[in-house]
Amino acid sequence: MKYLIAYMMKYGETLIMSNEHKRYLRKLKLNKMLITISQISLLIFFIVIWEILSRYNIINSFIFSSPSKIIETLIKLYRDNNLFIHIYTTTIEVVIAFILTFIIAFLLALALYSCKTLKKILDPFIVALNSLPKVALGPLIIIWLGTNTSSIIFNALLISIIVTFMTILNGMESCDKDLIKLFKVFGASKTDILLHLIIPSAKKEIISSLKINISMSLIGVIMGEFLSCKKGIGYLILYGTQVFNLSLVMCGILILSLLSFLCNIFINILEKKLLR
Amino acid sequence: MNLINITSVTKIYHTPTKEIKALNNISLDIEDNKIMSIIGPSGCGKSTLLNLITASEKPSTGFIRNNQPIMIGYMMQSDALLPWKTVYENAILGLRLQKKVTNDNINYVNDLLKKYELYEFKDEYPSNLSGGMRQRLSLIRTLAIKPNILLLDEPFSKLDLETRKNISDDVYKIIKDLHISAILITHDIEEAISLSDEIVLLSKRPGTIKSIYKLNFTEKEIPSIRRKDEIFNRLYDEIWRNFDHV
Repeated sequence: MKYLIAYMMKYGETLIMSNEHKRYLRKLKLNKMLITISQISLLIFFIVIWEILSRYNIINSFIFSSPSKIIETLIKLYRDNNLFIHIYTTTIEVVIAFILTFIIAFLLALALYSCKTLKKILDPFIVALNSLPKVALGPLIIIWLGTNTSSIIFNALLISIIVTFMTILNGMESCDKDLIKLFKVFGASKTDILLHLIIPSAKKEIISSLKINISMSLIGVIMGEFLSCKKGIGYLILYGTQVFNLSLVMCGILILSLLSFLCNIFINILEKKLLR
Repeated sequence: MNLINITSVTKIYHTPTKEIKALNNISLDIEDNKIMSIIGPSGCGKSTLLNLITASEKPSTGFIRNNQPIMIGYMMQSDALLPWKTVYENAILGLRLQKKVTNDNINYVNDLLKKYELYEFKDEYPSNLSGGMRQRLSLIRTLAIKPNILLLDEPFSKLDLETRKNISDDVYKIIKDLHISAILITHDIEEAISLSDEIVLLSKRPGTIKSIYKLNFTEKEIPSIRRKDEIFNRLYDEIWRNFDHV
């Protein structure tokens, strides 16, 4: 009873709701529902129109494929035990690239934050590497590492690392100078300042870097698979193009979109957990 | 007894294009159990002087000597609270960094939180506190480490007038209750007179000591009472005339 009263006192305002507030909440719920229904309807409308246009030969189904053909291809891939091999290969490569990128970028940001001279020395190289179109290094990577998973992961690393590292470093550098001063006056060591101030205060930027990192890793892996691979969604798309099986290409793109969507959900969950 | 002696201190900053003399030949004695205000126009080196006292910067010439071990409590313009930590975690931040989280010290912090009406908010985050509450929490965090000197770097400048006056009274009472020294940096002459035992007026850059005013208010005359005193206005006029207006 005591706890119930305490709860009522703390959250009393939300328990005793005015009619106006109830109307407001209903309106909010309706609006949310309207958005979700519109999104689903839009997707269904697009799929139906695509199917009709293709079925009545208004668009060339050989070039543009059709939703039914994509589903057929998906079922065929599944029956041939090919579907999950490609999804698994790409997912594992993305996860490895994502983790490696984060670890290296985080350590690099930490080192460059701690040593300003090192930052000044490396600055022009970082700028050059950032502006370089990494795809140009693709052939070199294949020669150095061969046509295997390592070269795909290395390619993804090259694409995602600089931008991830720059976002983290930016977060670390934007820490409130007053707070650093306060920590120093309290006699905090450099490690204390890094662990208890700089890193926690850069939390938002670190999460942003994860968001950038996951999409960049995905791009890097697909690009890598285009260049050198016999498995993966990138390979599926490339193979489909080579044999002019556009349904296979569309199928690859569909799986890729789903994978990217799932990656975003994963990062959003992580964000909610970290920012709690 | 003097807590800190500042002798012939000069501070010069170097930039690639020029050198800037921030302070010139400053000599001061900071007494035990006294509140000293350092006032002067913007850029006259007030905060530099505070940085030299905290040893976060070194003087270019001259020296600063502590006559006894000092424990500095520092309050700055912003309340500098960590938004990702709760009120309680913010309050014990200094103790945690100095590895002094003992039962006695925790009890002391809890007493301070109760005394300054923040105990029931101890599990809330600073974003849920008002400006005055945030400043009180900042003060509790400063006091938690049991400092023997408080450095106040324009700590009330971002507060509204009403909160400012109330918190001035609170801070004054705390300093006097705890029998500690304090140095207040401000450009607000009224604030300096209402809080201090001694006012040091600095000239415009490079900051030199223009005048030192010894104030004879009794301890019971808290800032809000001092403001109504006739001496307050007289002193204000005198300091205003000597102040380098830029």
